[in-house]
Amino acid sequence: MSLISRHIEAAGIPTVVIGAARDIVEHCGVARYVFTDFPLGSPCGEPWNVDQQRAIFQMALDLLEDAQGPRTTREAGFRWSAGDDWKRLVFTAEQPWQDEAAYAQWMARKEDYRRLRAAGRV
Amino acid sequence: MEPVRYIDRTRDDYIRQGYEKPYEWAHFEDAPFARLAKPLSECRVGLIGTSEIAVRYDPETEDNPVVEEDFRGVYGFAADTPTEALYSRTASFDRFATHLEDVNAYYPVDRLREAAADGRIAGIPDRLYGCYNNYSKRKVMTGEAPKALAWCREDGIDALLMAPV
Repeated sequence: MSLISRHIEAAGIPTVVIGAARDIVEHCGVARYVFTDFPLGSPCGEPWNVDQQRAIFQMALDLLEDAQGPRTTREAGFRWSAGDDWKRLVFTAEQPWQDEAAYAQWMARKEDYRRLRAAGRV
Repeated sequence: MEPVRYIDRTRDDYIRQGYEKPYEWAHFEDAPFARLAKPLSECRVGLIGTSEIAVRYDPETEDNPVVEEDFRGVYGFAADTPTEALYSRTASFDRFATHLEDVNAYYPVDRLREAAADGRIAGIPDRLYGCYNNYSKRKVMTGEAPKALAWCREDGIDALLMAPV
């Protein structure tokens, strides 16, 4: 996503990234970045917390207007409501990233799509 | 507590899984920068995410099973698709810490619509975008990036919100 952001920005269209993996985004370098210190999967606010999502979204819009140069990062400043244990656990042997069930489901959907396409339905 | 250092964490995970070489994340010293050409309230703002956003499959009609082509690259769907019909197919999220039931937590489509309704932005394009993660930086730069840019131009987008999942 950061690479695409850079390409579009270089062509003259302003972009803003809202994302949770700060080190990855900043390692690549983008023009504008709202950093949300949340688990991967909820970069734009906690699920169903509309007020918080609005606040984060507004920060992104503000950054489109305010940023004065590239690599402008704004911290959303919210803490994950269930605490910070996820930070210790993510990508560890205790909580392996790969999930065979999810992968199997993904493959099944892919098969659905192929079947429908072969039948001319999509 | 400090932010998670994903580059270090995934490197360790790769080694644990038996890969010999860790993934090399894209790195640049500089970054391009473009300014808004007009006030934000006059801008059409687009949205793209890597959450494998899709239009829900209706088994009754078999309509809208998925929206992407061949499960790679940049794809789009109608911007007026009801939020209830949208969902994420991704497995690349912290399934122990969160869930994907609320689309707006990773693909802020209702927040974007609100901004248009409030007049904070001029409007949104007729289609919204998704992009599959591609671990080949070369392929992103020859495939996804030029396509996303071409679509932004085609759709008259003045600024783009980007939400990696």
